[in-house]
Amino acid sequence: MQFTSMILSNVEISPGYFRMRLTAPPEFSAARAGQFVMVRVSAAIDPLLRRPLAIFDVGVHKPPQSGSQAQPFFEMLYRVVGKGTAMLSVLHETDLLDMLGPLGSGFRLGSINEEKLIVGGGIGLAPLYLLARELVAQGSPVRLFAGGRTRDDILCTTEFERLGVECYTATEDGSLGEQGFVTVALNRRLDLLKGRATLYACGPDGMLAAVAKIAAERNIPCQVSLEGYMACGVGACLGCVAPGRGHSEETPDFRCVCTEGPVFEAADLLWGAHA
Amino acid sequence: MKLDLKVDLSVNLAGIALRNPVMTASGTFGYGEEFVDYVDLLSIGAFITKGLSLRPRAGNPTPRIVETPGGMLNAIGLQNVGIEAFIARKVPFLRKVNTPAIANFFGDTVDEYAEMARRLDAIPEVAGLEMNISCPNVKQGGIVFGADPACAASVVAACRAVTKKPLIVKLSPNVTDIVGMAHACEDAGADSLSLINTLVGMAIDLNKRRPVLANITGGFSGPAIKPIALRMVWQVAKAVKIPIVGIGGIMNATDALEFILAGATAVQVGTASFINPGAAQKIAEDMAAWLVANGVADVKSLIGALET
Repeated sequence: MQFTSMILSNVEISPGYFRMRLTAPPEFSAARAGQFVMVRVSAAIDPLLRRPLAIFDVGVHKPPQSGSQAQPFFEMLYRVVGKGTAMLSVLHETDLLDMLGPLGSGFRLGSINEEKLIVGGGIGLAPLYLLARELVAQGSPVRLFAGGRTRDDILCTTEFERLGVECYTATEDGSLGEQGFVTVALNRRLDLLKGRATLYACGPDGMLAAVAKIAAERNIPCQVSLEGYMACGVGACLGCVAPGRGHSEETPDFRCVCTEGPVFEAADLLWGAHA
Repeated sequence: MKLDLKVDLSVNLAGIALRNPVMTASGTFGYGEEFVDYVDLLSIGAFITKGLSLRPRAGNPTPRIVETPGGMLNAIGLQNVGIEAFIARKVPFLRKVNTPAIANFFGDTVDEYAEMARRLDAIPEVAGLEMNISCPNVKQGGIVFGADPACAASVVAACRAVTKKPLIVKLSPNVTDIVGMAHACEDAGADSLSLINTLVGMAIDLNKRRPVLANITGGFSGPAIKPIALRMVWQVAKAVKIPIVGIGGIMNATDALEFILAGATAVQVGTASFINPGAAQKIAEDMAAWLVANGVADVKSLIGALET
C-alpha cells in the first residue's frame, strides 16, 4: 500500500538516533512486528531511492476531546547514517512523507509458555519493540538483551520495561550495563532455562551470526531480522538477497530480504557468508 | 485521470499491438506478478520479464546495489529462475493477463542464445522476445556480443532463424559507435531495437578504501542517464528503419514523450518502478492527459517528430 504520512513528531532520543511518529491509514494497524516501510525521503531525485525502515510501533491516538477523531499512527526508529537519514532527521511536525508498506514478513510469535529472549544491537532494536508488545500481549514471558558500542547505542529500554519486559544491557566500552557483548548475558539466561526458549534477534551481522550460532549449538529456534541494500522493497530489484542454507554457485538459493524476509529462521540461512 | 480519453495512445511495435507506448523494463518488474498490487497491468502497453537463461543463475554477491546522485548502480548478475521454472511457475500468470509479456533472455554462447529463442518461441503467452546482448555485469551473457557488430550480427541471426515472434535487440551504450551496432542488428534480422541498457559505472567507499559493489563495477541507471539515452535513441532512430524502444531514466510522462519525439515508438520505464511501483501506469495516464491538453489526437504523430 502506498500512502502519504504526516509527521506527528521527530525526536532525537540519543545522539544520532531519532524516533518519528507519523499518521497512518486505518489499514496500517494490521502491520505485524518485523515488517517495514519504504520511505521516500524527498520528492527530488537525490536521494533517488526509498529508505527501508522498520516499524517500531503502531497504534491509534484517541484525543480526549469529545467529537475528535481517532488517528491511527505508526513510529519508526532510525539512525542517521547517510544523506537520506540526515534529511529525515531535520523534518518537522506536519511535514509529509510518501510511504510504501507495510512490507515483508513478520516475526512468528510461537508457543505462549516458552520464554522469549529478544536480542537487539543498536538500531537493530527498531523492529523488536512491537515484537515484545505482541509477545507480552499473548502472555509469553519476555526478556530483552540490548547491546551497543556505548551507552548512546542502547535505545528505548524504558519502553520495554513499561511492558513488563526484563532488560539486560551490555556495552563494548562498559558505559552502560555489563562490559562486552550482550551474548554473554544471553548464554547465562539460556543456561538457567536449560534449552526451553525462543530467540529473536536484530542487529549487526556479527551479532546475528553469534546469536544464530548459540541457537544452533543449543538446538533452539531463532528468528533473525536482516537488513539489505534494496531499491524497491517489493521483490523486483533482487538487490537485497541473502544466501539460504543450501546456497552454492551450482545450486543458487538466494532469498529476497524484502519479500521472503526480513525475518528468517536463522537455521534457513547460510551463516558462513555472514560471519 | 482515466484512459477513456479521445486520444489514441496505441502503437504497433514490430507486430506487437500495444494499447499505449509505456512498457516496463527487464529486471525492474519481476515477472509481472510482483506488481499486481501496485499497477493495473491493463493500463500499460507491455511488460518485459527479468532476463532468462537456460539454467537458473545465482547472480553476484552482495552488495549488489548502491545509490548515486540522480541514479543507482546495480550488479545483480542476471539472477533468474531459468527457462524451466519460468515455464512452470511464471507463464501461468502471463496466461491470465491481457497485456503483452515480452521475454528478455540471454546466453553464454551463440548456441545458448538460439536455444533460448527456440524455447521462448514455443510459448504462446510470450508476445515477443527481447535479446539482452548488453548486460555489463557478467563476463558472458551479453556485453561480449553487444560490443562488437560482427558478434552481435551472428547471435541475432542465430536467434532470428529459430523464431517468428517479434525479436527486439537491447543495445548497450558502452560502445564507441551505437549506430554501427544498430545497423548490424537490423541487417541480421532484428525487428526492433531497445536502448539503452545501463552504463558501466562504479562507486567507491573512501573510508573503507574499497568499491561499494561486490562486483566492483555496476550498471548505472536512473534519471541521471536520460540525456545520454535520448541522444543515442535520436541517433539510432535516424539511421535504421525498424522501430525503436527508448529506455533510460524515464521518470514521468514528459521524459517518455521526449523519447518518442526523438524517434522511439515505445518506451520502457525501469528504475522509476523501484521508487514508485505504480510509475508505469502513472506515466501512461499522464501521457494521455498531455495529449489531451496539447490537442494531439494520436501519439503516433509524435514519433520522431522532433524539429531540429
